[in-house]
Amino acid sequence: MIEFSDVSRIFKVGDQQVAALRNVSLELGAGEYVSIMGPSGSGKSTLLNLIGLLDRPTSGIYRLDDQDVTTLDDAQQARVRREKIGFVFQFFHLVPRLSAATNIELPLILAGVPVEERRERVTQLLQSYGLADRADHRPEQLSGGQRQRVAIARATIMHPPVLLADEPTGNLDQTTGKEVMNLLEQLVEQGVALILVTHDPNLGGRASRQLHMVDGKIVSDSLGQAST
Amino acid sequence: MNLGDTLLFASGSLRGARTRTLLMMLAMSIGVAAVVVLTALGEGARRYVVGQFSSLGSNLVIVLPGRSETAGVNPGMLLGQTSRDLVLDDAQALLRSPAIRRIAPLTIGAAQASHGSLNREVVVMGTTANMLEIRHMDMGQGRFLPQADPRLASPVCVLGATIKQELFGAKPAVGAWLRLGDRRYRVIGVLAEQGETMGMNSDELVIIPVASAHMLFNSQSLFRILIEAKNRDMIEPAKHDAEQILKQQHGGELDVTVITQDAVLATFDRILRALTLAVGGIAAISLSVAGVLIMNVMLIAVAQRTREIGLLKALGAPPAQIRRLFFAEAALLSVVGSIVGLILGEIGSFVIGQIYPVLPVGAPWWAVLAAFGTALGTGILFSVWPARRASRLDPVAALARR
Repeated sequence: MIEFSDVSRIFKVGDQQVAALRNVSLELGAGEYVSIMGPSGSGKSTLLNLIGLLDRPTSGIYRLDDQDVTTLDDAQQARVRREKIGFVFQFFHLVPRLSAATNIELPLILAGVPVEERRERVTQLLQSYGLADRADHRPEQLSGGQRQRVAIARATIMHPPVLLADEPTGNLDQTTGKEVMNLLEQLVEQGVALILVTHDPNLGGRASRQLHMVDGKIVSDSLGQAST
Repeated sequence: MNLGDTLLFASGSLRGARTRTLLMMLAMSIGVAAVVVLTALGEGARRYVVGQFSSLGSNLVIVLPGRSETAGVNPGMLLGQTSRDLVLDDAQALLRSPAIRRIAPLTIGAAQASHGSLNREVVVMGTTANMLEIRHMDMGQGRFLPQADPRLASPVCVLGATIKQELFGAKPAVGAWLRLGDRRYRVIGVLAEQGETMGMNSDELVIIPVASAHMLFNSQSLFRILIEAKNRDMIEPAKHDAEQILKQQHGGELDVTVITQDAVLATFDRILRALTLAVGGIAAISLSVAGVLIMNVMLIAVAQRTREIGLLKALGAPPAQIRRLFFAEAALLSVVGSIVGLILGEIGSFVIGQIYPVLPVGAPWWAVLAAFGTALGTGILFSVWPARRASRLDPVAALARR
């Protein structure tokens, strides 16, 4: 479902050109659990941003569900992002002035879903994520684990086939980090493709497919032990 | 994202930054209030002047003796001779014109008025019965000068309200005798109180028949002839006829000036309207200053909310939607600011109206509408740039930062 052919991303720093991604070709199937690992500066975040349509490749073609998405304009890309991709960030990125429920509701608001349906879906999700009693709390009143759960709820409320997670446990302690990973892996079991960027080999090792990147290239693509 | 959600989201972010919002709204409302108050003042002045003129009478054409030539030399000047006087016959002759409904000759002089032991200097106006209707005067008691041959010098007079009060007090004046100079006149009526119009206070007048005034002042000349045209369309023909008739009367020489009240009124109206517009325009500048302030604060807001904008983009908000959110914020600010400004402006106008009761202060509807429109317009116009900047934000950079 995700198909990169010969994709490069070159940044201009002053008058120097820095290649963050060099001629990467990659194919990821639906429902796959993939981790991308590598030292910082290896291009793993750039790859994730390209998959998430937050960035455009300098050259190469990116197909999502057999559609060439590199040629779409900003508005069309936004639509694809809204419907097919969910993001989970290291720093949660919740809107501080909105309640947990409204933060989760945000993608539905942007998509113009009617109010009644919105309420219903948010309530349902709050319940299944164990956040029902936190619905009206603002992010600052939530613990780190709760914040990340709200963020994951927000990422999944549109039922996207792909979930992108950039160091989702990077800002959490061991225990809550584990909880969050369990939550994400539950989603994989429900058929969502999870692409996880991390520099932590223990975390990356849980994925069924592991990519290692160095200097903008994928140096190894191995099927690890199936995580259960 | 539908309109309701957009407005809700925008109002949420406005409430999130209270001080910023209040300051911008203050700037907006001061601008709107300035437009409302200043145009209300200008419009009040215009209405005041127009009101003064129309209380002088409607469809009025006025004849003045003498004529100021802008070119050439008047032959009379070379002979050391002033222009011919206006006389009663001239006035009567004007009635030949079909465009003229009625006329009132007017003589003005000063005389000592006395009743019993009280006396004072008064302005005496000699005229005919028609004056009452032409000048839109109202009677308080008794009746006005009788309809009679204007050449008949009957010894009767009508008093202004103030004169009556000063010379007679609470005693009935109608039927009593009043001495003017060396003659006696019977009081047949008292005018209703009407205050000053165009520098002439009818409350301080004593009105006697024009022929009586000529005898009193020992002169045959008229100060003015007031002409009332049949209707509005007849004003110009009446003016033309008056000039022709008086030229004939004066041996072929046009030595009078005929002015129409409409021309004077229209000029005043134009001047004051221009003044109102100019003052309103200056106030509108303060509105655009408020607009610049909004732009500045919006730009800061975009910088402060980089993360939120990046997040909205990641969640699938297209650039147009980001722009709409910022427009909605600006529009909300402007609308609320304008409403507050309108209320402030109306309060200001009311206070001015209380301080200067003679001025009919009130912002015209077009100024209120224009102030509102300008506020909304500047608000949105000056948010275009910040909104574009927000919509072009790179989400990767926005989200990378903590």
